[in-house]
Amino acid sequence: MTVERAISQDTEAAVRQHQEHDEAGNSKFGFIVFLLSESVIFLSFFVGYTIFKTTTTDWYPEGVTGLETREPLINTIVLISSSFVIYVAERYLHDKKLWGFRIFLLATMAMGGYFLFGQAVEWSGLPFKFQDGLFGGMFYLLTGFHGLHVLTGILLQGLMLGRSLIPNNYDNGYFGVEATSLFWHFVDVIWIVLYTLIYVWQ
Amino acid sequence: MIMRGELITPEADLVDRTVYNALFTMHGSVMLFFWTFPVLVGLGNYLVPLMIGARDMAFPRLNAVSFWMIPIAGILMMSSFLIPGGPSQSGWWAYPPVSLQNPTNNLINGQVLWILSVAISGVSSIMGAVNFVTTIFKMRAPGMTWFRTPAFVWSVLAAQLIQLYGLPSLTGGAIMLLLDLTAGTSFFTPERGGNPIVYQHFFWFYSHPAVYVMVLPVFGIFSEVLPVHARKPLFGYRVIAASSVIITVISSAVWVHHMFASATPPWMRMFFMVTTMLVGVPSGIKVFGWVATIWGGKMRFTTPMLFALGGISNWVFAGITGIFLGSVPIDLHVHNTYFVVGHFHYVLYGAIVMGIYAGIYHWFPKMTGRMYYEGLGKLHFVLTYVGTALIFLPMHPLGLMGMPRRVASYDPEFAFWNVVASIGGFLLGLSTLPFILNMVSAWVRGEKVGNNPWRAYGLEWLTSSPPSVENYEELPLVVSGPYGYGRSEPLVSNVPNPDLTEFSESLTSQEVS
Repeated sequence: MTVERAISQDTEAAVRQHQEHDEAGNSKFGFIVFLLSESVIFLSFFVGYTIFKTTTTDWYPEGVTGLETREPLINTIVLISSSFVIYVAERYLHDKKLWGFRIFLLATMAMGGYFLFGQAVEWSGLPFKFQDGLFGGMFYLLTGFHGLHVLTGILLQGLMLGRSLIPNNYDNGYFGVEATSLFWHFVDVIWIVLYTLIYVWQ
Repeated sequence: MIMRGELITPEADLVDRTVYNALFTMHGSVMLFFWTFPVLVGLGNYLVPLMIGARDMAFPRLNAVSFWMIPIAGILMMSSFLIPGGPSQSGWWAYPPVSLQNPTNNLINGQVLWILSVAISGVSSIMGAVNFVTTIFKMRAPGMTWFRTPAFVWSVLAAQLIQLYGLPSLTGGAIMLLLDLTAGTSFFTPERGGNPIVYQHFFWFYSHPAVYVMVLPVFGIFSEVLPVHARKPLFGYRVIAASSVIITVISSAVWVHHMFASATPPWMRMFFMVTTMLVGVPSGIKVFGWVATIWGGKMRFTTPMLFALGGISNWVFAGITGIFLGSVPIDLHVHNTYFVVGHFHYVLYGAIVMGIYAGIYHWFPKMTGRMYYEGLGKLHFVLTYVGTALIFLPMHPLGLMGMPRRVASYDPEFAFWNVVASIGGFLLGLSTLPFILNMVSAWVRGEKVGNNPWRAYGLEWLTSSPPSVENYEELPLVVSGPYGYGRSEPLVSNVPNPDLTEFSESLTSQEVS
């Protein structure tokens, strides 16, 4: 028992060190689990969209033949490239270059802001409202719900930017930034599916 | 947690005629969202860290937030009794177009409050589920491999995975329903081109697996209680553990069996009939495992053991009527009758609530350091078991005779069984009195017992009763699997644990009560 116990105490010390180091790992794991669960809400909307679209005879409201795809495509490209920009920002933070991190994070926020602005312009120019049949409802529900996520992402990035101004704040890990970045990639992937469903499949 | 169970005691609302619609809606919603779920999550929250040797859940703050959201949601739902028009009357399933009617034309009506309240409890459940899954994956004590993890932890994990994939679907459906109700969209409004069947899919994609969210932890409780009181290792532990996860997977594909009568195409009925039968297989495996566990064991008929055995017997009964209902020809015949009501009350009360009682009695000495009163506990069991049979058994013949559910008045030919059921209902109401009396008085002045009064083999019995704030003074290093009855192996290597291991002595000298 004594020998066993001595061995086990060694192991335990190692394990405990490992666990304390892994606090952020827990948070990251939990956050990914949350994002997976969140994606199911979008999935249910996508499935609903597909069912409605394939079973409804008068899909588009009267006077509407389809959606303009050029402007949304530019929007899409901006949003997707912002995913790379935030990745670069994260690399800068990893190398402890705070100014690079701030500039690229700001760039991501600007690109997200451009996306939201573009969507607002598109919404204001559309000939149908969300009360107009299933298509109107689904269109505004999907883009609006996604837009809320984009807005959340930008706010989170702003928060991370603000926190980078506190001296030495990111010296011992930066889970918040990682989570923000993960969230932003998630919002991007959702948009790709959404774009395919709504704009490409007309 | 026990207080919560006492606050909203399951009362039969069978005899109440006034505002019957509102009552059965609130009965269903409150029982599911604010009784069964919180009690089981509370038990899980308490036991999982103890059983896996963790200091706490992975995210304690998140845990507190999700806990305090539940009373808020509950108050929101109950407050609908006070507003004009009264609470929602569309049942706990809230099918459109019934749920889209708004006779008072107020923006704040019972249905809106209902949806908001369900949404809040949904967010709280998702936070809880993230917490559980992370805790179980990342925080098991060193040496606790997956197949050294107790079956209860497995079943909680399986249940919370269902929450993660199922609940968002209900949330999505509820968002669309809320928009239909308040903002003028027409997703589910048939007269304006909407499709109410889609809501049924969204709803049941979560709400059938939700039954497993509730019943899986109860399976876990059975798997923990039986070995302790039969003094034998859990038979087929690995298979029982794995079958929980199999249930998680299969239960994602059975939901349409609630909709056999909802204009569902024949191929779909066929497919979901088969999957429904399939989900009976892992459940059956568990039952055989439990029977084999108690076979030849040194049984101690303590209150938790009685509740566990009673719960399993009811579960077998409910499982068999479930197979009846899962087959399309029978389901079409008894759809919307009391047969269905009888079936799911046998699941929810007969199996789940009795399992919860078994768990509460079993871990009461761990939570308080004191022993409950055995006599009162047995009285509670007898009243509950007889009451359950009296109230829910007659529902089956009633259903076969054709009595529809969700009605406040019925044909006189059904009167006899309804009277029997009502008596059973009052008996069940009565049965909670000894329970409350037992819990309160035992908590205050019950006999003080040590850390491990059951001489059980499990990590949670290693620490003091009640456990200290951080559960363990020293992080346990696990060296063997659970349920080591008769094996005389130590469970952990770094802390002396004679209480857990000296079974050669305890197996012979224990008194059989």
